[in-house]
Amino acid sequence: MNLPRAIVGQNVRKVEGVKLVTGGPAFTDDIQLPGLLYGKILPSPYAHARIKRIDTRKAKALPGVHAVLTYKDVPRVPHTTAGQAWPEPSPYDTYLLDNKVRFVGDRVAAVAAESRAIAEKALRLIEVEYDVLPAVLGIEEAMAPGAAVIHDEPDSKGIYDASRNIAGYILRGIGDVDEGFRESDRIFEREYRTQRQQHCAIEPHITISWLDGDGRLVIRTSSQVPFHSRRQVAMILQIPVSRIHVIKPRMGGGFGGKQEMLLEDICGALALAARRPVKIEYTREEEFYMARTRHPQILRMKMGVKRDGTILASQLTVVATTGAYGSHSTTVQGNTGSKVLPLYRAEHMRFECHVVYTNTPVAGAFRGYGCPQGFFAQETLVDEIANELGVDPLEFHRQNVIRLGDIDRLSAQLGEGKEGLPRHIRSCSLPECIDRAAAAIGFAGKLKAPPSAGHLKRGVGMACTMQGSGIAGVDWASAFLKMNEDGSFFLQVGAADVGGGADTVLSQIAAETLGVSLDKIVITSGDTDTTPFDVGAYASSTTIISGGAVKKAAEKVREQVLRMAAKMLDAPVENLACGDNRVSAVGGPKKSATMTEIALHSMYKEKTQIMDGASHFNTDSPPPFCATFAEVEVDTETGKVRVLHMATAVDPGVAINPAQAEGQVEGAVAQGIGYALTEELVLDDAGRPMNPNFLDYKILGSKDMPKLTTILVETDEPLGPYGAKSISEVPINGPAPAIANAIFHAIGVRFRKLPIRPEDVLSALREKGNGADD
Amino acid sequence: MKTMEVRLNVNGEAKQWTVAPGDLLLDVLRREGYFGVKRGCEAGECGACTVLLGGKPINSCLMFAAQAEGAEVLTIEGVAHGDALDRLQEAFLDHGAVQCGFCTPAMILNAKALLDRKPHPSEEEVREALAGTFCRCTGYQKPVEAVLAAARGLAR
Repeated sequence: MNLPRAIVGQNVRKVEGVKLVTGGPAFTDDIQLPGLLYGKILPSPYAHARIKRIDTRKAKALPGVHAVLTYKDVPRVPHTTAGQAWPEPSPYDTYLLDNKVRFVGDRVAAVAAESRAIAEKALRLIEVEYDVLPAVLGIEEAMAPGAAVIHDEPDSKGIYDASRNIAGYILRGIGDVDEGFRESDRIFEREYRTQRQQHCAIEPHITISWLDGDGRLVIRTSSQVPFHSRRQVAMILQIPVSRIHVIKPRMGGGFGGKQEMLLEDICGALALAARRPVKIEYTREEEFYMARTRHPQILRMKMGVKRDGTILASQLTVVATTGAYGSHSTTVQGNTGSKVLPLYRAEHMRFECHVVYTNTPVAGAFRGYGCPQGFFAQETLVDEIANELGVDPLEFHRQNVIRLGDIDRLSAQLGEGKEGLPRHIRSCSLPECIDRAAAAIGFAGKLKAPPSAGHLKRGVGMACTMQGSGIAGVDWASAFLKMNEDGSFFLQVGAADVGGGADTVLSQIAAETLGVSLDKIVITSGDTDTTPFDVGAYASSTTIISGGAVKKAAEKVREQVLRMAAKMLDAPVENLACGDNRVSAVGGPKKSATMTEIALHSMYKEKTQIMDGASHFNTDSPPPFCATFAEVEVDTETGKVRVLHMATAVDPGVAINPAQAEGQVEGAVAQGIGYALTEELVLDDAGRPMNPNFLDYKILGSKDMPKLTTILVETDEPLGPYGAKSISEVPINGPAPAIANAIFHAIGVRFRKLPIRPEDVLSALREKGNGADD
Repeated sequence: MKTMEVRLNVNGEAKQWTVAPGDLLLDVLRREGYFGVKRGCEAGECGACTVLLGGKPINSCLMFAAQAEGAEVLTIEGVAHGDALDRLQEAFLDHGAVQCGFCTPAMILNAKALLDRKPHPSEEEVREALAGTFCRCTGYQKPVEAVLAAARGLAR
């Protein structure tokens, strides 16, 4: 009885848009609390040290200081900060405060004081004597015999092999790769390296905590995972979940960096100690090294192919570092295998990965979640193979990529830190994505164009990638709807809009299902007291999983609305339909009731609140697909790579809000170009960050962006609400390999390490003996 | 602590505030409830704290409140015309130029300063005007489109 879609697929304005363009209070810090204290964390100056002595007396005596905490003052509860579903697949190797510090920036102590200046002064008054330990900084050193053991504490749990600094180990596969390589005509094997990238959300991590009138701990925080944070803080501070209220106001960007219980525990502990509201807001510098980064990896990729270009076997061997703590360690790295290798239909696949601890800033979730690293290796190698075989890369991709009706069996082997579920490809427009993005950039013609004369060399490159839509069998969400007298509905979801527009998309799904205009949906999201549970915003799950819950809840409520209208109109339910803010008879005599009339009748005549809720999960994670094409210009005199044009075609299923979906692609491409060319948090030989600011760590500005072409090639995904899959992560995977391949096309040099800096280009050109005057 | 009085005009209203000599304009504006002024880096690098001072965009994290004595300050809260949004605000909404919204006030203020000075900017000039504001969400595509669309609207 559905009318044609009225709201799904429309570029409606963001539901909270007016507030944002007028500067209305929206974000965590947009609140004024009487008696607010400023919390600060004393960061470790050493990469690896034991605290021999710590004396806080002078800090405590400073006027205006209300709390000083060290490891001596807080419960010692091993936990992970990864905002993941219980039981988290990350090791429990982290403590609220500890007597050992494991990276420059690790927590030594925390204070709360009446002003930021007093808090900073108090930090300086804390006397600490360290027993400095040898530090492990490089990935390769971590497992070497004799390396310092970073987690030598006896009470951590879930570490694969603490004595060798191995946080996690994965070995999975399908078929028999050795057999596959024996059957191959050509075998290619290369090593790749990726760097430490930081999320750089413009709103740094921020948490404000206080005790409400009933003595419950309120935590107002910029978090992608309000419910996981509540559960984790309860465990760490040893208070019941029911005594904690987590509020997620609007988030100023997250990109995975806020899929982390990062400040909530220590801010709550300070509020409890001071009995006053406490705010902790990271400075930009702190954000760079005391928050999270993408996992640096060393990847060894091996592929076996037939002479005709058919890929028979692929093997990826990775050593990654999770930094000092194992947050998201095996899950990010699991993705590097499970979401990357199955892009191709090889019979034989093998993925092996060691995730090691080093005394470096902690890695965590970051848009793409292990895929940008894996696809950089795979798509650069595939380009090399096509080139070596003399096969058109477009043809090579078309021939080998996964297609509609296929089953990705590697995903059954490699789930979220355990065995997973097979992925059935029920929707896929990747071939069309390849064609359309290639056409947009003029790929075929430019690939064959003769090299340009002079020092500016142009080139084109491509990459194909995929991702998931939620974690199969793990992610779940719920939604609740209730009707008001004016025919509007309150929609309550646990989902956490990171900024990408989830509140709008979820409202669109509710409005579409209920047959009302968007202004009739009033959404509340991510409040652990007033909204039902949701795992949170990660794994590209919100549209498909939270959206699925909203659709189910709205269908149940629609059923109640129709039954109520049937009574009022004296018509059979099956002859009624919702639409245009009313229920109308279809077929029979013309009758209708407005939603307002139905609500008033229900509430005041029938004494019934129309309301219902639903939960939703999927046992599969339908992949969105993406084809990324880059055109670059390399200056052989300066080594500078200028990206001229990025064309990205994505299969997101149905785009609930196409303009927002395009925005996700454009933002991901910007971060992807940064990953390819400019972004790296650099550490010195003592593990100290050398560029924790926006001058020395370069993210792209408005003038740095190339021309962008964004194409949505929609499909209808049976498992998604109104056919939707996901879009926010997949487009970040392609820019680095597409750009690297375009650089090869331009100057004939393969780059296998990120970022590709001008100095790398110049020295490679020099090595090639193919300098500027070529 | 030593304090001083500063008199300035914010969004068309005369204000007199008691500040400490070292207070940043950013902190004082936020303290006074102008939440549209955002803290992103406190080093003049991200531009999220942009306000217009005498019509020119400045980073309010790089200025003491005391230095705003006698100045005319425009924050995002003063951009709309009563209940009617400014054309730039409408365009940002219509073009999907707002994602998380944290840098949006700064983007709009920078664009306003440009259009006030140059009603028909080129795309390059728009990109130049937005170059002082980092956005990690949008890739700048839709904000640039929004500013150009607003400019076309203004020209009509």
